[in-house]
Amino acid sequence: MLGSIVGVLFDGLAYGMLLFLLSVGLSVTLGMMNFVNLAHCSFAMVGGYAAVWLTGRAGWPFLAALPAAFIAGAGVSLVLERMLYRRLYRASDLDQCLFTIGIAFMSVAAAAYFFGTVQQSIDTPRWLEGTVAAFGMRFSAYRLFLIVASLAVAALLVWALERTRFGARVRAAVDNQRMARGLGIDVDRAFMITFALGGGLAGLGGALAVAMIGLDPGFAFTYLVYVLIVVAVGGLGSIGGSLAAAALLGISDMAGKYYFPWLGAFLIYLVMVGLLMWRPAGLFGKR
Amino acid sequence: MASASAFFAGQVRWHAAEVAFWLATLLPFVAAPSYLSLASQIAITALFALSLDLILGYGGLVSLGHAAYFGVGAYTAGLLSKHWLGEPLTGLAISALVAGVVGYLSSHVIVRFRHLALIMLTLGFGLLLFEAANSTSAITGGADGLQGVEISPLLGFKFDLYGRTAYAYSLAVLFLCFLACRRVIHSPLGLALRGIRENAQRMPAIGASSRAHLRKAYTIAAVMAGIAGALLTQTTSTVSLETLSFGRSADVLVILILGGAGRLYGGILGAILYMVARDQFSGVNPQYWYFWIGLLLVAVVMFLPNGVLGGASALYKKRQ
Amino acid sequence: MLSTRNVNKAFGSLVVANDVSLDIPRGARHALIGPNGAGKTTLINLITGMLAPDSGAILLGGEDLTPLASEARVRRGLARTFQVNALFPRLTALESVTLAVLERDGDASKWWRGLPAFRAAADEAHAILDSLAVPAQKETRELAYGQQRLLEIALALATRPRILLLDEPAAGVPKDESRELFRAIERLSSELTLLFIEHDMEVVFRFASIIHVMVGGRILVSGPPAEIGRDARVREVYLGRTQRAAA
Repeated sequence: MLGSIVGVLFDGLAYGMLLFLLSVGLSVTLGMMNFVNLAHCSFAMVGGYAAVWLTGRAGWPFLAALPAAFIAGAGVSLVLERMLYRRLYRASDLDQCLFTIGIAFMSVAAAAYFFGTVQQSIDTPRWLEGTVAAFGMRFSAYRLFLIVASLAVAALLVWALERTRFGARVRAAVDNQRMARGLGIDVDRAFMITFALGGGLAGLGGALAVAMIGLDPGFAFTYLVYVLIVVAVGGLGSIGGSLAAAALLGISDMAGKYYFPWLGAFLIYLVMVGLLMWRPAGLFGKR
Repeated sequence: MASASAFFAGQVRWHAAEVAFWLATLLPFVAAPSYLSLASQIAITALFALSLDLILGYGGLVSLGHAAYFGVGAYTAGLLSKHWLGEPLTGLAISALVAGVVGYLSSHVIVRFRHLALIMLTLGFGLLLFEAANSTSAITGGADGLQGVEISPLLGFKFDLYGRTAYAYSLAVLFLCFLACRRVIHSPLGLALRGIRENAQRMPAIGASSRAHLRKAYTIAAVMAGIAGALLTQTTSTVSLETLSFGRSADVLVILILGGAGRLYGGILGAILYMVARDQFSGVNPQYWYFWIGLLLVAVVMFLPNGVLGGASALYKKRQ
Repeated sequence: MLSTRNVNKAFGSLVVANDVSLDIPRGARHALIGPNGAGKTTLINLITGMLAPDSGAILLGGEDLTPLASEARVRRGLARTFQVNALFPRLTALESVTLAVLERDGDASKWWRGLPAFRAAADEAHAILDSLAVPAQKETRELAYGQQRLLEIALALATRPRILLLDEPAAGVPKDESRELFRAIERLSSELTLLFIEHDMEVVFRFASIIHVMVGGRILVSGPPAEIGRDARVREVYLGRTQRAAA
């Protein structure tokens, strides 16, 4: 009994950490510019496919493909931001939604064109396969790696936000954009960098996701819903919020699938709707 | 002051182009009899888009889950015909009522929110209903769709494969709902909705209860969406989970934006363009269809933010 | 008529309203002045219900408005204009004011009867706009700035208020046009109580019977123009101002 609970918690946490990597970029950029980017999971897809191709065709080792996936995600988001998105910062919610959904649709078609619609798989190194023994139970090594890596990333992000000058600028811009501009902070540049970072993290998440939840062109939309839930529930612009919400969502989803399989995703949506009604700005959001 | 009332009366008057349009909808009976099934699908989609226009184009509420009410109407009509009565008009009335009740109840929550929270709530609500229908497959048939839907003849006319009855029925219902919608738009509530869309902050300062207005509009929109869903069930004798899906919510959004939101005829125009295009390109791999839709969305937002109708009206104004 | 009693409001350590108590009798014309950031607009927001006070009460005609929502206060006769235009860009002036009239009459929810049937409301709206010389048929976003400011007032008047709060009605309007604007305000019914925020001292000293000076969220002093003009503290606050107070 305890074993299964711990197992569900562990798997749920791993899944949650993955969702965190996928979501944190969107949360911060939404908090900064209020720009609704529904193509965010396309960046994850780019990272995922990049990692698959690099480890498959190009024979790169897994650990080398991860930073490459980050760069791929960051690069694509940077290009998109510079060329297209920046014209839409003052557009309405609806226009931003539609535009980015359009981009997402196109990315799905592009992925299908280049890679086909099959589920992709990735070669993970030997030391990540198999299980690790602890407290009399066995835990998947890959998922353990995922949890550790994500927490490290979260810690790094919090450090950067709290301790660096760039982080201070980002926090100021999230808090009050007009005031930040008034203080001479180059909000546009800070946003561009943050956006690229967020895209990069999504790309990293996408690469790490392949071995755990798979990858196909539909990824851009399948996980978009979960990412949006994490962002909405966690609160815009909050790294801690994203972490908490992602962990909560991951564990709830796993628990739901394990203990109430007939409910499907119903439980998740119900929890989200309930949470949003209670706290429309998210658990840790401002306003 | 004659001019004050005259201004409003001028808005309500029927333009020649409108009359011509509605007369033209009768053409498929004689000019394209083999396309009557498609025509009735277009009419149903147009009605659905019209219902979304009321809350989005006029009220400013971005909903990513409007298919919820469409699906409720569809399943109600299907279940009614299977378990009780296959008579279409009764089924239509009851489905409209059920969808209206669901809309009314959900509106109390939905109109309290804006921006991301609103988008998420409507999305979540739609997904909730989808999952609920999926899970209760004993009642709804789940992923396989509802089996055993049997629609009786409409006033003596059978729903056959030629689609004559289907199109006549859908068109008549569309027209009646359109008249109702037109009435709402040109009523005080319609003006209030536009006020909310134009400047929601100002409304309390003129003594308006925005939420009460939005709830009313939302309920009316839900009724119309439910009617559209019921029509689909009754003209095709099938109900599938797709009627509750995010895909359907997204499609109707695309259709409305394409035609032009907040312009009464935008949904109808968008439906015609979209469905005809989809029919023409039906051989194409669905992946590639979504590429072009994506590109279309991007192009519309960048160059034609008010849809085809908006672009046309801007062009018209320039010529003057 | 309108009173605020010990109204307090703070955002964290920033105190925007500090024990503010005001009394504005019926039919009076009071001005609220003070340097930027003194909390004048915030006070208006507190009175109208856009902001909730931390403590204190807002009373209109003896009735406690504090628990009421903004729209309810408007229906009790409290109207305001905004310093930055808060209008309906794509509605015509006539549509905007008609909407306000319909809301006042409780007809705005009706969806079955067409707008042409509400002749009285449309006529009243037209009359209000004519009295302020605002072209009724033009879309709001096509109006000249000065006309938009007048539309702000028209919208507030349409609610048939007992008291009107004007937040810098001449903000951004050139000197000669602002004179017109204030003449229009002057023509307003003498039964209408007014509280207006203004920076133009000439206007303030001409129109107001009582001036309230607000600094740092606090009412520094209240009194007739002559007194205020002579008050040393007020002079200090406005150090550097070249406008001579009318003695």
